[in-house]
Amino acid sequence: MRIAHILGAAALALGLAAGPAAADSPSPSPSQSGSAPTLAGTSFRTATEIEQGQRATASGATGDYMYWSFPADAGQRPTVHATVRLPRSHAAQTWQIDVYDGLRRRQACQYGAQTRTAAAGAASVDLACVLRTVRAWSEPWANDPLPGTYYIRLTAVGLTDADLGLPVDAEVRVDAKDIGGAAAVDGSLARPLVPGIAASSRTDGTDEKDASASSAVLSAVEPDGGWSSGWWSDRWVWTAVGGVLAALAGVGGYALTRGSGRPSRVPPGA
Amino acid sequence: MITRQRLAAGVCALLAALAAGIAVPAPAVAGETDGEAAPKVELVLDVSGSMRTRDIDGGSRMAAAKQAFNEVLDATPKEVELGIRTLGATYRGNDRQEGCKDTQRLYPVGPLDRTEAKTAVATLTPTGWTPIGPALLKAADDLGGGSGTRRIVLISDGEDTCQPLDPCEVAREIAAKGIGLTIDTLGLVPDAKTRDQLSCIADATGGTYTSVRHKDELSDRVGQLVDRTADPVVTPVATEGAGTCAQAPVLKSGLYTDRVAFGQQRWYRVDVRPGQELRASASVAADRAVNPGYGLLLRAVTLHGREIVRGEAAGTGRTDAVSTGLRYPKPERDGDDENDGDDAQAATETVCLQVTHSFSAAPGVKTTPGLPLELTVDVVSGPDPAHDVAAFGLGRGWWLLGVLVVAGFLAGVLWGWLSRWRIAVWRTN
Repeated sequence: MRIAHILGAAALALGLAAGPAAADSPSPSPSQSGSAPTLAGTSFRTATEIEQGQRATASGATGDYMYWSFPADAGQRPTVHATVRLPRSHAAQTWQIDVYDGLRRRQACQYGAQTRTAAAGAASVDLACVLRTVRAWSEPWANDPLPGTYYIRLTAVGLTDADLGLPVDAEVRVDAKDIGGAAAVDGSLARPLVPGIAASSRTDGTDEKDASASSAVLSAVEPDGGWSSGWWSDRWVWTAVGGVLAALAGVGGYALTRGSGRPSRVPPGA
Repeated sequence: MITRQRLAAGVCALLAALAAGIAVPAPAVAGETDGEAAPKVELVLDVSGSMRTRDIDGGSRMAAAKQAFNEVLDATPKEVELGIRTLGATYRGNDRQEGCKDTQRLYPVGPLDRTEAKTAVATLTPTGWTPIGPALLKAADDLGGGSGTRRIVLISDGEDTCQPLDPCEVAREIAAKGIGLTIDTLGLVPDAKTRDQLSCIADATGGTYTSVRHKDELSDRVGQLVDRTADPVVTPVATEGAGTCAQAPVLKSGLYTDRVAFGQQRWYRVDVRPGQELRASASVAADRAVNPGYGLLLRAVTLHGREIVRGEAAGTGRTDAVSTGLRYPKPERDGDDENDGDDAQAATETVCLQVTHSFSAAPGVKTTPGLPLELTVDVVSGPDPAHDVAAFGLGRGWWLLGVLVVAGFLAGVLWGWLSRWRIAVWRTN
């Protein structure tokens, strides 16, 4: 009875812990800022910054290289969706999304239709890329995704010359699944992998006038609520609950060897 | 009993506190602010005889262009300095020499007076030749200095009629000379040759090519390009890498641009102190027709030639650029407590960055100047290295709970037996 009570309390605590994680999992809700970007950048330098859950649109021409950037934090598994509405008449075209991290290293898609060929005359093409889970830390020699800026490049990789320059409309959206403690690793980056962060943090350090006088920054993306410090994961709860359960089991094991109540040999009232 | 309940309550409170997990927000990144130099854009309009053709929504190409210009001039953002240049607007004759010099500044680059600019546009009548190359050179001069974004929007309906000066090579040279100058091209009902030439000009400078068949497409696109000029972007700093590390320029955190010829290697140097992390990324843009199959290698090498870390990228097919990056966290030195100036100086490591690419020019394509290279360098404070695979060595999952419960139970039983045995021994004595 007692054990059941304590277990119940522990389960409650676990539930509390799972609470915020569960709230995070369907990725941040569509951003409150009413105006979603309607332009796409043309290079890493000019990439349009979008937020997770935001539907960004852009009109361009076949053959354009369209760039967007978004923030991804540790423990998230971002998924990039893109839809391209093609002109009324065209030959077969192959479209592709590539995702690059803050160091401009190409990041692999685990699955999803990263490249897809639209048949001649098709109205639209849908692309998707599910990235690997973003880790809080990795060795410098590894290509693991790290917290920071991510770039999306959307372009036609295969097209006939006659289709070059025709108007297309593109739409991208980034969602992220929270993988939680299963992906929690030791170590952390001092600064997220945001290009130009050395320059922008330098102006942060000095007085306000300097910061306002400084020109544009390479990337200013930041997740809702800032970058996580990386020390929290549900592993704390699992381990703590494990410790509690171990202690209880220890008490139980101890009690088992003592029998119930007083030793039978001792006469009552002794 | 009461004690145990209190203990349980305490444990629960502790767990709940842990669960609440107060994350420390990272310091905010500096927001974007407007640059000190105004963004400049020059619209270059083809006013050659072929612009009379009536094939855009029933009207002439010229009428469509004029309407688009009026709409764009109305919507131009305040901070943008806009100029207009024409090509083939005045010379009616047949002399090619004369016709190919025919490019005028219709409205100078500067703060925009909408009425004046519109009046100037209204006077245009389609007339002469199509000297795209000379017009681009002049337009680049018009945009002049300044550190803001610079953009040329070229609207044409036919290919350049002033060979042998290839406008595509002109564009590449302009891009190689100036920094951050982009040429976007729009073809009005283009034929195959015009399309190839205009898209080649756009590719040479990292611009875009659009083919226009309807009036609204033209004004939308030109408006979009002008708006884009107003977006603040970081202007890269020109640098020139050396053939060896010893002669390489020393770079600080920032964005740099350079040219890398085919088969050439470029070296740069960056100083990294212990406890700092070097982050570098390089992009080499394909600004001309290149063979499919290309790669990029960025290496961080010590002064003695030992490779520390490398970033590699390879690809095939149509691309605008190939890019890769690397990070090199330099570990803290042991017992590095005092901030001795000389000591810190001595501990600073010079890291050589080597950039090589394996693009190859398609047959018949000029190989000079080299391909544009964009290099970002960030030296930030170093990361906390991992001591364990899992976060803080903590565990997770039902197996962990099972193992802990079994271990706890066994420990309890053992302890119980031990104490029973001790009591038994004590009693018998």
